[in-house]
Amino acid sequence: MSQTGTLMGFVHRRRRGAELFLLVLALAVGIGAYAAVGLGLEGQVPADIVGYGGWLTALIVAAHVTVRIVAPYADPVLLPLVAALNGFGLAILRRLDITYEALGDPHTFARQQLVWMTVGVVLFIVTLVLMRDHRVLQRFTYTAGLAGIVLLILPFLPLIGREINGARIWINVAGFSFQPGEVAKVMLVIAFSGYLVLHRDALALAGRRVVFVDLPRGRDLGPIMAMFGISMMILVLQNDLGSSLLFFGLFLAMLYVATERPGWLVVGAALFGAGALAAYTFVDNVQNRFNFWLHPLDYYDDSPGSFQLVEALFGQGWGGLIGRGFGDGFPERVPFAYSDFIISTIGEELGLTAVMAIVLCYGLIVERALRIALISRDGFGKLMAVGLGAIFALQVFVVIGGVTGLIPLTGLTTPFLSYGGSSLVANWVVIALLLRISDQARRPAPRLDPVDDSAADSEHTQVVKLR
Amino acid sequence: MNKPIRVVAVFCLVLFMALLVNSTYLMYVRAGDLAEDPRNRRILTATYSRERGAILVGDEAIARSVPSNDKYRFQRTYSEPFKYAHVTGYFSYFSSTGVERSQNSVLSGDDSRLFVTRLVDMLSNGDPKGGNVQLTLDAAAQDAAWNGLEALPGDAEGAVVALEPTTGRVLAMASTPSYDPNVLASHDFGAVSEASERLNEDPREPLVNRAISTTLPPGSTFKLVTAAAAIESGDYDADSMVPGGFRYQLPQSSTTIGNWDGGNCGGRRITMTQALQVSCNVSFLSLANELGTEAMADQAEAFGFNSTSLEDLPGQAPSLYPRDMDAPQTAMSGIGQSSVTATPLQMAMVAAAIANDGDVMRPYVVEEVRAPNLSVLDRTDPETISKAISSSTADELTEMMVATVDSGTASPAQIPGIDVAGKTGTAESTADRPPYAWFVAFAPADDPQVAVAVLVQSSDTSPDEIGGGALGGPIAKAVMEAVMEAVINR
Repeated sequence: MSQTGTLMGFVHRRRRGAELFLLVLALAVGIGAYAAVGLGLEGQVPADIVGYGGWLTALIVAAHVTVRIVAPYADPVLLPLVAALNGFGLAILRRLDITYEALGDPHTFARQQLVWMTVGVVLFIVTLVLMRDHRVLQRFTYTAGLAGIVLLILPFLPLIGREINGARIWINVAGFSFQPGEVAKVMLVIAFSGYLVLHRDALALAGRRVVFVDLPRGRDLGPIMAMFGISMMILVLQNDLGSSLLFFGLFLAMLYVATERPGWLVVGAALFGAGALAAYTFVDNVQNRFNFWLHPLDYYDDSPGSFQLVEALFGQGWGGLIGRGFGDGFPERVPFAYSDFIISTIGEELGLTAVMAIVLCYGLIVERALRIALISRDGFGKLMAVGLGAIFALQVFVVIGGVTGLIPLTGLTTPFLSYGGSSLVANWVVIALLLRISDQARRPAPRLDPVDDSAADSEHTQVVKLR
Repeated sequence: MNKPIRVVAVFCLVLFMALLVNSTYLMYVRAGDLAEDPRNRRILTATYSRERGAILVGDEAIARSVPSNDKYRFQRTYSEPFKYAHVTGYFSYFSSTGVERSQNSVLSGDDSRLFVTRLVDMLSNGDPKGGNVQLTLDAAAQDAAWNGLEALPGDAEGAVVALEPTTGRVLAMASTPSYDPNVLASHDFGAVSEASERLNEDPREPLVNRAISTTLPPGSTFKLVTAAAAIESGDYDADSMVPGGFRYQLPQSSTTIGNWDGGNCGGRRITMTQALQVSCNVSFLSLANELGTEAMADQAEAFGFNSTSLEDLPGQAPSLYPRDMDAPQTAMSGIGQSSVTATPLQMAMVAAAIANDGDVMRPYVVEEVRAPNLSVLDRTDPETISKAISSSTADELTEMMVATVDSGTASPAQIPGIDVAGKTGTAESTADRPPYAWFVAFAPADDPQVAVAVLVQSSDTSPDEIGGGALGGPIAKAVMEAVMEAVINR
């Protein structure tokens, strides 16, 4: 593909100026929202707007400068999208902090989230600086896979594993709570990419055709069955339908892209359907969530009931097209308005308009990720970009779909908006990985000089070999 | 690998489109339904903080919102709380009743008829204001009804309903004991829930609007329905001879029923007029038995039994005439006993239908809906629900009722110089409770302007027809006089 591009004489431009311009807009969103929160709830621009805005600007500028230096050809749209979402999320958290404090339940979600964002940006920079080529990750295929699975198992271990709100997805080390699943998903994307890029031919070519669908060979079902087992384990043991769907959906999407065979989708969808049906039959929690989804208003007063979902629906309905405005809604009526239900907070106070803008931002992130996958020159990079994009798409769909009543509610964070350090940091690293892959993909293809073959460095030779 | 990536892209596009469509559905299409859910506290708090329209009787605002210096901004106040409590209802943070509830969309300003006002408010950045509701009630009639009930001896529980026969307008509606809606509308929610709990647990049930929600055996006032069924059958008129005598033996039973005074109603065969005049149980037991359950039930339903008719005030209980009664029960139903129950409103509708040539009008309490600037947005049109009896039957019944007031049991309702048509009733419940006294009447008999029903429940009522008339008659008379005086003065 890259050859095609160069043969046609098309060279990607760096577009760092465009990124800077978009980042200014993104900062305007973040800082503007912060000011609007102050105006709406306290009647004045917050006193710390300069410090806050300065800090946010410093982080974004640092990220931008890093990209300029170490990944000059990276996609110019991703960073501004993420900066806007993160800044906006901080403003929403600040808005909730003020109300919680007024109710005598003080939190500092916004402040903590800003600290986590700082950590996230630092890791973003570190990732970009240290990892000059994403293909080094391919060496760690099995290590990453093992790490991913260990991370998923950690919450079950005694002493460090913790159950919060009925889902056993947390560990607690030295006073810090952490959701290892957020890191595990990055690890698993790396592991899947490495594994699939090597075995895609075997998975793709062997098999037989049954009624228009190419079904894979029995012996090739091993990995998919293993992944299925892990997903079901998460579902049953951790009581976490969202993560389960996320991991399995991610794996299926990557498997399909690697093998180009829809047969895998059929097998996978059938497996997950059967698993979900079994879970519905045997696990009360899953059954409850299904019922709450179909008839939310009937379980309002029950315990466990649909109070949270119904309050979120009431809030969003009340928000309507343009919302109530900051401070004129009652987002605090929804439990966990600052994490899983942050979309209902936005819907209530800023309306359908803002929710659509948010969904479009996520859509653009996914679009950029898939575009990177399309233009990437190596299979590993393609698969990683697809995987990272699929995580975003699935996670956003599952959590926003759940909060708006489209699908049964499951607990997942809304990337970059929800309060939560693990998620925020992991997602910044995901963006760093995507930027690194896109930098490789958009970089002008190395000129091959057949005469001076010995002078070509090993890295460039690799590019040619792999493609 | 690019082909499946494109497929994945399309799939993601579908997912995000689904999110956008569903959000639009939730926040635009479904928002209205969600807003109407009574558990939606957001809506409550918002409407609670709005300048609510007034409820008017005549020129007086009996319920209005005045500015308050707290976060809810407006305090609902009721100027004559006890007298009008059961019509206005109350408007608290937790719930609402009466007109406050049925006309909530107008009073809160959300009604579609107030669209233009709302638009102007929005464009001028003014606070939305609610529309006003003008009631059909007549202040003088309501005073008479309320004072009459208040003046009853002992801890009387009772209700009065007065209707304008030709339209169905409710001219008076009062119920005792009553309560103070100001207490429930307070912004001190702790005090509100305390008061609400106290009112709910009060054995005398002050929150119940007895005029429309309490169903009790209508007793002898139901003889009007029996007489109507008899005349409508074609076999009887006012002068037809019907059985009298001391006792009536119920069909398929050895039980016998006597008359309220132990007398023989004036003979073994008497005219139907006389039977109504002296409220002769034997005659009407016999008539009901002869007419049968079907004919009796049809007649009762034509007057509005077994259904509800009041649409702009919540809480109307249907008055019942069951169709599955056996022969002795049917006979007993002829004198308003056994399983027959009626609300005061229903009995007022029976009287009003007789007064209105047999046409049953839909009762209503909301006369007009007005914008905040008092321009009339909507006016309730009188509606005929059914033709209960023919015009000639109505005339005959009217004559019989006039005779009952002139020289029968209903004499306490006599008004000098005016023909009043009326009927008393005393219904028995259990032996240890005093009977219920009923009184229905309308006047003037030749050009009816008001029909009224009075129920006195649990007072020191003597268990006879005179007793019923003695308690209910003066109240009915006072209400009718108040209405006719207002008509003359108009």
